Amino acid sequence: MSRQRTLVIACGALAREINQLKKTNGWEHLELTCIDAALHFTPDKIPAALRERIRENRDQYDDIYIAYAECGTRGEIDKIIEEEGIERLPGAHCYQFFAGQEPFAEMSEEEPGTFYLTDFLVRHFDRLVMRSLGLDKHPELRDMYFGNYKRVIYLSQSMDEKLVDGAKRAAETLGLAFEQVHTGYGDLETSLRQKLDGNADGQKNNHLLA
Amino acid sequence: MNDQADTVDNGEDEEIVLADLSDEELVEQMHDDLYDGMRDEIVEGTNILLERGWSAEKTLNDALVEGMRIVGIDFRDGILFVPEVLLAANAMKGGMEILRPLLAETGVKPIGKMVIGTVKGDIHDIGKNLVAMMMEGAGFTVINIGINNAVEDYLAAIEEHEPDILGMSALLTTTMPYMKVVIDELVSRGMRDDYIVLVGGAPLNEEFGEAIGADAYCRDAAQAAVTATRLVEERRAAAVA
Repeated sequence: MSRQRTLVIACGALAREINQLKKTNGWEHLELTCIDAALHFTPDKIPAALRERIRENRDQYDDIYIAYAECGTRGEIDKIIEEEGIERLPGAHCYQFFAGQEPFAEMSEEEPGTFYLTDFLVRHFDRLVMRSLGLDKHPELRDMYFGNYKRVIYLSQSMDEKLVDGAKRAAETLGLAFEQVHTGYGDLETSLRQKLDGNADGQKNNHLLA
Repeated sequence: MNDQADTVDNGEDEEIVLADLSDEELVEQMHDDLYDGMRDEIVEGTNILLERGWSAEKTLNDALVEGMRIVGIDFRDGILFVPEVLLAANAMKGGMEILRPLLAETGVKPIGKMVIGTVKGDIHDIGKNLVAMMMEGAGFTVINIGINNAVEDYLAAIEEHEPDILGMSALLTTTMPYMKVVIDELVSRGMRDDYIVLVGGAPLNEEFGEAIGADAYCRDAAQAAVTATRLVEERRAAAVA
């Protein structure tokens, strides 16, 4: 039986990880298209970008999965996927997917003032955190943003020493304590595997990894 | 050899002396300075207006609040982003520090009183602090109870300060449901109708506000101040009628 062609529309922050999972698991029937992760700074623009990408692609694939977080879109992503007939999987954001829902809830409860980093955020810390928040030009704003935070937890997907060093430097820049929790791909891998391997039976499904 | 900078004079760097400007020009310049987050200039402009005999209230409304209203509009429209708003807020704070004691001295009765805080599990306070500042600018007494507030904290603040308005803020989808916990507690104690409840924060929307039983969802700080003023006036009018 030939496998269905499946498109994952993902937040750019998950691109590298999903590509790695595709390679590792031999998911040749998976194709990936991404929306710029920087849209997190203007979350109101995410739903429209998502809708456009769905409509551009829905006739060309048997299945579409959406690997995207709610990301402060005030429920607008849910409206879009309802309009487009796409389901939404449980989970609030990508940190939960990497850490797992219960461990993430425990970390957040233990210290609400936790700033989370992933491999992606460590790689792009200067652009997505320092520059986007204006801290490169106005370091005096740091405490207005991060004054209530106590620690950085680096949820690492890989075990790359350079990234660990980068995450430590990021914590230092923000004036926060540092911890690392190695999550691997967490529930992102589990969910993708379940959905992609499950699709070999020919059922049409559209899901959001949130 | 001439330095290139010496040969270019487009006049844009000409220094503006605030004290030389007319009142109207100065207020307009302060709007620009607020927009650009220039705290020292706002402090200077505020002092100049006061020295010219402006009341603290007029200085606050015409120069600072109006300037922040423009900042709020451009933030809402995606022209300005959070860093610029923070710089503007920081500049306004500079002016407020001068005006606050003067406003207190005038004995003008506040429009109303608000207790505001971020809900339990949430430590984000940028939006909440902007709301607090705009509410103060609109003539409210604001009791800012900070971050990570459990229902008991809200109840204690309400009991102590007897506000007209309870404001709750959340940035996280995981913490915003706690607003309903607080409102439900007010209902169960028979206190819900004693207060106007306003909610706000990035993941919220109007439907959520309605669903949890708030009086209004406020999209931004400027809207919060306008909504609060309207609801307090409506409530007072209804009480008189």
